[in-house]
Amino acid sequence: MYDVAVIGAGIAGIEAATQLAQMGYEVLVVEKDGRAGGHVAGWDRLFPFRRNAAGLTAEMLKMMDRGKAVNILAGTTVADVQRDGQQFRIWLSDGQGITVSAVLIATGFKLFDARRKEEYGYGIYDNVITSADLEQMFASGKPVVTKKGERPKRVAFIHCVGSRDEKVNNRHCSKVCCATAVKQACEIKQMYPDAEVYCFYMDLRMFDRHFETMYLDAQAQYGVIFVRGRLSEAAESIDGRVTVKAEDTLMGKMLKISVDMAVLMAGMEAAEETDKLAAMLKVTVGKDGFLNPADECLQSNFTREKGVFVAGACTGPKTIPETLADARAAAVSIDGYIRVGSEEKSLREEIIGKIRNKREEIRSRRSRSEE
Amino acid sequence: MDFGYSINQSSKIDMDRASGDIAAQVLRYEPSFAVCIGCGACMATCSAGRFTPFNLRRLQLMVMRGQTDSVHAEAEKCMLCGKCRLICPRGINTRNVLLAIHHFTAPAPTLDIR
Repeated sequence: MYDVAVIGAGIAGIEAATQLAQMGYEVLVVEKDGRAGGHVAGWDRLFPFRRNAAGLTAEMLKMMDRGKAVNILAGTTVADVQRDGQQFRIWLSDGQGITVSAVLIATGFKLFDARRKEEYGYGIYDNVITSADLEQMFASGKPVVTKKGERPKRVAFIHCVGSRDEKVNNRHCSKVCCATAVKQACEIKQMYPDAEVYCFYMDLRMFDRHFETMYLDAQAQYGVIFVRGRLSEAAESIDGRVTVKAEDTLMGKMLKISVDMAVLMAGMEAAEETDKLAAMLKVTVGKDGFLNPADECLQSNFTREKGVFVAGACTGPKTIPETLADARAAAVSIDGYIRVGSEEKSLREEIIGKIRNKREEIRSRRSRSEE
Repeated sequence: MDFGYSINQSSKIDMDRASGDIAAQVLRYEPSFAVCIGCGACMATCSAGRFTPFNLRRLQLMVMRGQTDSVHAEAEKCMLCGKCRLICPRGINTRNVLLAIHHFTAPAPTLDIR
């Protein structure tokens, strides 16, 4: 008998489940992949301090297991959900049915399929790879080499691939790619100090506490060269190198450069079948494909549907610390909901009612002033 | 008395004197003009800019800042191939922007608009 079902065993799902278990709830985590840990478990090192990613997820799973109150069902998806009064009846792909008081959606994101930016040649040219590919190369422990097995002398990082791009219907900034590019650029320089490393960016979004230090180190310590310009295209030369074209906007001139390897910083999109799950749970989806919380500030882990909660990158791109904080907040929200949710007039309804009234007030005030 | 020197015009953008009239006209004709972030993708793919100093990104900015003296002559250099429109990550109708800039800075109208 479970109290809460968590959908997704990435870092958001694991963290929320751990917290809920500590509060005394029985939690079932449903994970579509064969293993827990999500994208983070497949990464090599994390910005800003290059902490080992697999180590982080392993530690999180150890913490979770300590409580023995969480059960992870890997390789399982949610087939159907039906509300039964205050509770939810959930049917899983393995045929089993469970009843829970609350559902937490922690389905995260999927990486943008870089083949959709055909002009950059991913999947067509040998030495155009994605940030995730490079991370796997790093994780393998072997030196990073070109398709022919040679060490790259020149590497270009291309920011905003699949992000901030109306042409692929992704208006949003994926938030983590700038910091990842700078991290990976430094790692390449560390591996090959005499390699030339370029970052092609539109805006460098170094928003978090240690990011500016990373940026500074990339320039001062590693000599990474930053060019402000969005790529128009990449082309493969006869010797298998990649020629990229951009405007060096700060020079006001077109620029082309041949590199041994071009790394596309693939952005985040809402995870596969987020919309299907959202429909099942009656959660609204934004134009960007991410889920809408009930209120961006005050109800960021609630949805408009009673008993359905959200955490992590399913509500938009987030860094790892942001995701973990969000997961903890979701656990607190769920705890509050379950404790008072059975009362006829719940605290939550009161709060939402208040916010709604306030909003109406502001809205009517605004429309009055417009008249 | 001629001292043999003159006073140079200031090269700074004087926003107190700059007029936003042309920018406003272009905006009205093509509202997507407003959303340029200056990424330069249009220029990276520009056929005309490859051989001439033509630069649409700069042209947009000049109009936005009211620096329109040389804008019409610059706009003449565009070949209207439309590649910039295909590439623009903000989805700007760059061709319409160019045509509007050309029209509103011309001595006689070049587009059939009221």
